[in-house]
Amino acid sequence: MGEAAITTAIATEPAVELKGITKRFPGVVANRDIRLSVAKGHIHAIVGENGAGKSTLMKILYGMQRPDEGEIRIDGAAVSFHTPGDAIAAGIGMVHQHFMLADNFTVLENVILGSEPRKGGLAVDFAAARRKIKEISDAYGLGVEPDALVEDLGVGDRQRVEILKVLYRGARILILDEPTAVLVPHEVDELFDNLRVLVREGLTILFISHKLDEVLKVADAITVIRRGTTVASVEPREVTARKLAELMVGSELPSPETRESTVTDVVTLEVSGLTMAASGHGPVQKGATADQLKAEGVRLLLDDISFTIHKGEVLGVAGVEGNGQAELVEAIMGMRPITAGTISLGGADITGWSTLKRREGGIGFIPEDRHRHGLLLEAPLWENRVLGHQTREPNVKGIWIDRAGARKDTQRIVEEYDVRTPGIDVDAAALSGGNQQKLIVGREMSGEPVLLIASHPTRGVDVGAQAAIWDHLRNARAAGLAVLLISADLDELIGLSDSLKVILRGRIVGDVDPGSVTPEQLGSAMTGAGEGA
Amino acid sequence: MSTFLDRVFGRVGFGGVMALVAPALAVVFAALVTSVVLLIAGHPPVEAFTSLVEYGSQPRVLVLILNLATTYFLSAVAVAVGFRMNLFNIGVDGQYRLAALIAASVGGAALVPGPLNIVLVVLVAMLVGALWASIAAVLKVTRGVSEVISTIMLNAIATGLTGWLLTADRLGVLSGNAIGTPPIPEDAHMPGMALIPGTPMKVNGFLIVAIIVGIGYAVLLNRTRFGFNLRATGRSEPAAVASGVNVKRMVVAAMVISGASAGLIGMPELLGSSFEYSLNFPTGLGFTGIAIALLGRNNAVGMAVGALLWGFLDSSSDALQLMEISKELVDIMKGVIVLSVIIAYELVHRYRIVAAQRKVSRELAAPAETEGAAA
Ligand SMILES: Nc1ncnc2c1ncn2[C@@H]1O[C@H](COP(=O)(O)OP(=O)(O)OP(=O)(O)O)[C@@H](O)[C@H]1O
Ligand SMILES: [Mg+2]
Repeated sequence: MGEAAITTAIATEPAVELKGITKRFPGVVANRDIRLSVAKGHIHAIVGENGAGKSTLMKILYGMQRPDEGEIRIDGAAVSFHTPGDAIAAGIGMVHQHFMLADNFTVLENVILGSEPRKGGLAVDFAAARRKIKEISDAYGLGVEPDALVEDLGVGDRQRVEILKVLYRGARILILDEPTAVLVPHEVDELFDNLRVLVREGLTILFISHKLDEVLKVADAITVIRRGTTVASVEPREVTARKLAELMVGSELPSPETRESTVTDVVTLEVSGLTMAASGHGPVQKGATADQLKAEGVRLLLDDISFTIHKGEVLGVAGVEGNGQAELVEAIMGMRPITAGTISLGGADITGWSTLKRREGGIGFIPEDRHRHGLLLEAPLWENRVLGHQTREPNVKGIWIDRAGARKDTQRIVEEYDVRTPGIDVDAAALSGGNQQKLIVGREMSGEPVLLIASHPTRGVDVGAQAAIWDHLRNARAAGLAVLLISADLDELIGLSDSLKVILRGRIVGDVDPGSVTPEQLGSAMTGAGEGA
Repeated sequence: MSTFLDRVFGRVGFGGVMALVAPALAVVFAALVTSVVLLIAGHPPVEAFTSLVEYGSQPRVLVLILNLATTYFLSAVAVAVGFRMNLFNIGVDGQYRLAALIAASVGGAALVPGPLNIVLVVLVAMLVGALWASIAAVLKVTRGVSEVISTIMLNAIATGLTGWLLTADRLGVLSGNAIGTPPIPEDAHMPGMALIPGTPMKVNGFLIVAIIVGIGYAVLLNRTRFGFNLRATGRSEPAAVASGVNVKRMVVAAMVISGASAGLIGMPELLGSSFEYSLNFPTGLGFTGIAIALLGRNNAVGMAVGALLWGFLDSSSDALQLMEISKELVDIMKGVIVLSVIIAYELVHRYRIVAAQRKVSRELAAPAETEGAAA
């Protein structure tokens, strides 16, 4: 709340000072004459539209990118970073918008990667590393398990690993790029508690967020970036979320309210008895029921899940990250084998269908991790338009790729969804995170899908674009689209959903009426504290 | 944000002129390094190079170059199909040798008359190459065995297998004390083409086949759905899976295509000059293919240029001996070229970024009214 803002004694020198930073990319000026001063021991928030240049600025501060012009001062001394290694040496650490952990390594290995402690100068000293990780994890209440495989972790856990990794390297200045985008409210609170502990210890934190109320809650100072340049520095006490949004984009805060219901009684998706066993139990008897499996001591990722979504209905699934949402989505998309249960789409049993056939059957898919599952980063935008729609108009003609058709439709998406890009021939990697997301949403809404599986559809997009995406979803819903909505943003879940289910440890544990539930009630239902409203 | 390896394997494209500048730069750089080597060895570089070029531009040698390049290009394509999907088919070498042996004995048996026999031999070779490569594919999709390891092993096995098959009581026949497959009858020889005036030597008819294969490769990869899926899988497997690509099927398909192309490698030699598979049949062509695929960044035109360059270096190396320079100098040059190509691509890549940024700032300097970000 209000008293949360922690101000330490007046620091003599700012921890970070940026003067006249300019950075150009092909076709775009990402940063132009940026001025920024961050006081020691502050939580300093940076806000701005998608593509405003926030991530770029942070990457410059972290030595990942070199500014074309400008000066960086750390604790009053001018520095010049050539690599992140230089920045780390200067006590700067960064957790990226898109995580950068090696999947098939353990937490311990990921954390020490690149800074392995040596025993007698040679062998890696795992014991010492494990001890240190434990220490840091306990000191800040991160709850990180050193020997877990990163592959098995949910997004929330991965983030804590990223933070720990940075602390492990002795960072005094911490950069967090959209850390809360992936978290549910109580996790956000936990994170903010952690951050407050960190600043009390004298660390300085720079963080980026699109969630303005959070920014107001935790920040000691706020800088607004618009179209590549700093337009305002404000005190959180002096502004409201509305005022901030205006500073950013000149528009008001949207709300995801659904107006009249468009739910019909035609069933689009029916899932029944969906069960998925965790791997590592050896061969599991296919078709065994959830109860039989549990009797055998098999751990279930999805436990006897059943629900239906009608034409024109948005079904929201609320839950803390890592409670089976990812598995549920991948099961419906046919990307992961299930142990038992059936899935049917518009009356047809699609349980045995391939992912391709399901997509052709009219399922659109907005994945939770856009870099892993949603994009070919090194391919131009128009090729990304084809991805996932390789067998359909307007991308192909028979066995041939229809370049002209795909390009034209990419242009349409860029315009309709306001993707800020210099053109459709740039690589997807060159777009800012939020603009990548807009492209994916636009693509998955193409070709009149009957069902949309939307995992965090507005993750990382700014308030203006969020409102636009909500509008697109509402219009499609009115035209008969069924949506399975998974989101960490409870306002979005409550506002868009016609019905809501709570998922916990792979089970549906309750139904909630989105018309009457408050985010607080929903939040506690998700942790299993309440009885599900 | 493309990685260095992405650029090396051509998964990130260069447009326009840069696609030509990079290799040209590399060749110039390689020539410089080789000059230094020559100087150290006490030979005047300018003379060495002029005699290389003079020798290499004789009509007789031009024919040799084209014929070598045909073979090298086919090998590069076989390798490149895998590279584009992140599959390292190191086994092209074993695939083409085994394919050539079996195809040679089928051809020698003269089961069908005349030109039909040519078609039969080529088809058998492609089939054997594809089958041999598919062993690695099956191991990969069912057991998760890395194709690098399995294809290296399969190369060794292919060497043993061809040795065992090429004995008198199996596929081989003794003529004098040399052993080989029964010669392919004359009516099934690939006709040559008198393309280069001034020499009675003919260009191998498989040049046409290689050109068709090259066009087919480019069209398949860049214009078809299959090619899109293959490239998508190479760029990001999870994204390909989510988009509906059946990655296992793609692995098998890519390996089979790679192996079938590998089967073609031995054909110019078999049907155009040796007409039998003997112990003298050329080996190691699969590895040359890897170098040329790298050189040409898996791009059809790039690989064609690379294959011609390789052919030139190989066939002109005799000229060096006339000057009493060690023939191995050519091998040094080849190595340096591959290395410098990789460096040159990196340099060009960086130059492009800088150039684009300059362009942006110039455009911004002119009309100052456009607001920042999206220029
Ligand atoms: N590697 C790159 N190459 C070319 N352009 C880039 C590159 N990285 C960023 N840009 C461009 O620079 C601008 C700023 O991008 P940046 O990622 O900093 O935005 P952001 O403020 O972090 O946005 P978001 O909220 O969507 O994450 C965008 O127009 C983007 O397209
Ligand atoms: Mg960003």
